[in-house]
Amino acid sequence: MNVKWIKWMVLTGLATAVAFTPVPLSAQGRMLQVKGSDTMINLVQILAEEYMAKNSKSPIAVLGGGSGTGVTALINGTCDICDTSRDWKKKELDLAWEKGLQVKMFAVAVDGLSIIVNEKNPLARLTMTQVGAIYRGEVTNWKSVGGTDGAVSLYGRQSNSGTYSFMMEHVMGNKPYAQAMKEMNGNAQIIEGVLADANAIGYVGVGYVVDQSTGKPMKGLKILNVSRDTKAEAFSPLDKAAVDTGKYPIARPLWMAVGGKPKATALGFIAWILSAEGQRIVEREGFYPIGSKYVEMNAQNMK
Amino acid sequence: MNKRALRNLKEKSVRTFFFLNGLLAVVVLAGIFLLLLVSAVPAFREIHLREFLFTKTWDPTSPLKETYGILGQIASSVLVTLGAMILAVPVGIGVAAYLSDVAHARVREIVKPAVEILAGIPSVVIGFLGIVLIGPALAKLFGLGHGLNGLNGSLLLAVMSLPTIISISEDSLSAVPPAYGEASLALGGSRWQTLVRVKLPAALSGIIAAVMLGMGRAVGETMTVLMATGNARAFPTGLMQSLRTMTSNIAIELGEVPYFTTHYYALFAIGLVLFIMTFLVNMVADIVLHKYQQRES
Repeated sequence: MNVKWIKWMVLTGLATAVAFTPVPLSAQGRMLQVKGSDTMINLVQILAEEYMAKNSKSPIAVLGGGSGTGVTALINGTCDICDTSRDWKKKELDLAWEKGLQVKMFAVAVDGLSIIVNEKNPLARLTMTQVGAIYRGEVTNWKSVGGTDGAVSLYGRQSNSGTYSFMMEHVMGNKPYAQAMKEMNGNAQIIEGVLADANAIGYVGVGYVVDQSTGKPMKGLKILNVSRDTKAEAFSPLDKAAVDTGKYPIARPLWMAVGGKPKATALGFIAWILSAEGQRIVEREGFYPIGSKYVEMNAQNMK
Repeated sequence: MNKRALRNLKEKSVRTFFFLNGLLAVVVLAGIFLLLLVSAVPAFREIHLREFLFTKTWDPTSPLKETYGILGQIASSVLVTLGAMILAVPVGIGVAAYLSDVAHARVREIVKPAVEILAGIPSVVIGFLGIVLIGPALAKLFGLGHGLNGLNGSLLLAVMSLPTIISISEDSLSAVPPAYGEASLALGGSRWQTLVRVKLPAALSGIIAAVMLGMGRAVGETMTVLMATGNARAFPTGLMQSLRTMTSNIAIELGEVPYFTTHYYALFAIGLVLFIMTFLVNMVADIVLHKYQQRES
């Protein structure tokens, strides 16, 4: 323990930062690299495991980091498949196009983005407008939306998250988040926060709110029903029919994208996910299988 | 070539080798500083330096208007670090005084290595403790909804900077010539008076250096604060709020930022500000330590 030791600490820290400077590594080797959405990581990891158990010849590495991280990696050529829980932004598509990358997208599952509160919260439903106002910081007390007195404690994701962008675009009317929101590292951390905080509100993928061992909503959490507006009926994201028909207002497709000349193994993996077998696993893990609208689009892209 | 010339050559080459090694550290430091500078300067083509340093709002991905103000992050870093120092300095000096003056030799042989092992615990592990242990405890203790706030970060950083403070303070207390203490005792001073009025002042510059180094560690720590402080971007009004330090902001955003955009350069500019801050702290520590070593020799 001396001065030099501290200096080296600072130096190595900075060196790590420097290591982030752009070096376009090409995704080489046999290993299939999948990267992106944190909402999808558990699902894709399980899909990869099951796929590998059948096709031992194609090893698959699944990484998280957030949708934005995945898109950047695909554009920079450091991964083969990128997972996103949101649509690609125009800026990103332009950037890919500039690099001569033709991006093909496949909807692999449907997620009912779930608004969660602590079980002690007596509230049962919110409208889209209310959720938006809460996350914009306009509503700061639960009383204003029909709850009991208490300051709203906001939990959200960080800006590299697709769910963060999705909420902003589809729920918050493209307005910025409240500065007081706690920005957590992933879905699991949001759930940890909401479980411990009686005044909390959070948003996570539907696959995260269900306890895998019992198939029921996780203990200590309350999943709010959400309605399109004050007149419409409110639905739960656990209601399969409501998500399928679009009555649950914040359902969204989860995407996988490949670029340029994708490896045959990458397309093979995606095709398997889209098959009846893959979709069964999607459903088992708490998400929803894709509807007919996307099946057609996927088939078109597969050609 | 005779034996002597050969020996000379060997001597010379070894000397050059060590010189080059010494040079390496300097070159790396200068290189990193230059790289930071080059990557940070383009940010100021679009951001006013005054806006950058003195605006409270940081929202580079805002759909309305991108704002790059790091005052909130600077305040968060300073607040968390000060909190950590308030907790760690008395404890650290107390432990150091105990180890050098009071503790039985056998106790010291166990405690000192234990303190040094504490320095080796990865920051991720400490951050995790902040989430699962300190956070809920703080929430219960203060009746808050959650414990992901500045105080949580301060507590963890205090633990992380303790080894530095204890170790160097203890070294400097032990380096006080025994004659000082003996003289004080001979004049009728009690052991407490000897410690507080003679030994601590004599070792003061070493202790100050220890505190500075501990502070440098706390300012630069990333993973722990990232996990434990909640990362809210709002300007911190107290330690009980969720806050986001400069280091966690860089760590959160550097992974996904599109390269060569203002946002990207701005993150490097934060890195530069942080570099200058830690550099100043380390430099002050170095000067103080140097003064102390001179006096002792």
